[in-house]
Amino acid sequence: MISPTPLTQAAPALDASEETDQDASLVEEDLLVEEISIDGMCGVY
Amino acid sequence: MHEHFAGAGTAAPDFDPRLRYELAPDVALRAEPFGALAYNYANRRLTFLRSVALRELVRALSGFETAGDAVRVSVPPDAQPSYMSALASLAKCGMIRAC
Amino acid sequence: MPAEPRRLVDQLALGLDSPICLTWELTYGCNLSCLHCLSSSGRRDPAELTTSQARALIDEMADMSVFYVNVGGGEPTIRPDFYDLVGYAVHSKVGVKFSTNGYTMTAERARQVAAMDYVDVQISLDGVDAATNDSLRGQGSYVAARRAMDNLASAGFANFKISVVVTTANVEQLDGFANLAASYGATLRLTRLRPSGRGAQVWNRLHLDHRQQVLLYHWLVDNPGVLTGDSFFHLSALGEPLAGLNMCGAGRVVCLIDPVGDVYACPFVLHDDFKAGSVKGEGGFAAVWRDSPLLRSLREPQSGGACSSCGSFDSCQGGCMAAKFFTGLPLDGPDPECVKGHGTTLLAAVEPDRVPSPGAGHSVPVTFRSPRRARVAV
Repeated sequence: MISPTPLTQAAPALDASEETDQDASLVEEDLLVEEISIDGMCGVY
Repeated sequence: MHEHFAGAGTAAPDFDPRLRYELAPDVALRAEPFGALAYNYANRRLTFLRSVALRELVRALSGFETAGDAVRVSVPPDAQPSYMSALASLAKCGMIRAC
Repeated sequence: MPAEPRRLVDQLALGLDSPICLTWELTYGCNLSCLHCLSSSGRRDPAELTTSQARALIDEMADMSVFYVNVGGGEPTIRPDFYDLVGYAVHSKVGVKFSTNGYTMTAERARQVAAMDYVDVQISLDGVDAATNDSLRGQGSYVAARRAMDNLASAGFANFKISVVVTTANVEQLDGFANLAASYGATLRLTRLRPSGRGAQVWNRLHLDHRQQVLLYHWLVDNPGVLTGDSFFHLSALGEPLAGLNMCGAGRVVCLIDPVGDVYACPFVLHDDFKAGSVKGEGGFAAVWRDSPLLRSLREPQSGGACSSCGSFDSCQGGCMAAKFFTGLPLDGPDPECVKGHGTTLLAAVEPDRVPSPGAGHSVPVTFRSPRRARVAV
């Protein structure tokens, strides 16, 4: 079994100060993952 | 390609944080300054992961016994619900899968 | 420290280290002479990338994690190494969608393509019947396209694409196109006519008027499964934004590589002013994408110019750079087809001799005095 390594040191997730600086919408799920059609980019045919 | 598409219509099983998850086999995860791009070659879906933290969470996912553990260890409590939802979205479009 | 841009498009407008996907025109050769061809194709160019150079380019795309390449031309399948290159790309984890007029899509080829992973096929069609289609693409081209579709369907190729350039000639046929695609289990794709390549010569009579643009916009809203290549973002000013990034991707998330290895911002601006460099240069494609002054300038925040005071600018982004360029309009102003009509006013003031010319390109001279037989692909 792999011992999980906490990520907080390797790649800091949101810390409290970031959360207070940015409004609540930053932590809304629909801003974290956004799906775009692979055909949804102008400049290809 | 068409064998893959045969499965595209079937919905992925619902995200279950009690299971271990991994990046799906046909998926490329490309780091970007804003987080990452994830592209599934089989179903041709493209998603934007809009934080570095989410990218790192996804990269480390298979190292945790459950997806829930991964989120609880890596993400501050206030943000956990949204990161859990983010993983659910990624599971839904086939970027991550239970393993 | 400045805040991160909140909208994804604002972030993407600053450009990425690698394209997400791109268009790669494999050859200028083509057996057809479509009136609106945006690459002015016809004759092959003697300087076209060799098989070896093409493979090296695919290696670069793989290294850059380009997910997907849209292969076209001309008619890309006339290259003897076409299927070799497609196979090499997918083997290197670069997905391929190729655009074809269908002439070479025999039953045998259709079976071959159906067996390949990560390959998509797009058949070009510009009318629901031979009369409409062939008036643009040449006699026999409708039948050839339909035959290709039949062959793909028979071979079990699921979900190929039917790509239509929307013009005054076919804008009343949208339901017909949708039904055609549905009958094959294919996906319909509509794209915008640009005044690019030979398109410059037919733009005036073929581009949509305002009423037709409104019709198209609402049809797209009602038919969300139809792809558009995000080419109608200028119509988003009419209401809710259409699906897609709704921004110009040229030089930011996509670009064009032409048959001789020149890199342009997009397929609709084959003109020296938008040439970013050559893949044959020292640093290959990667160096051009990352360091080209032209592409870097596109990644600078763009001023709305004359459009910034317009309430719709957020939705339409000032429209299409190629449409403005080839109608002689300034790039920091309205699109010639601006749905508010701001382009129409400006167009009237354009001096004809100041309009950039796409040049003859690789066009083969064509006369249309009598029905013309399209030559069979070599």
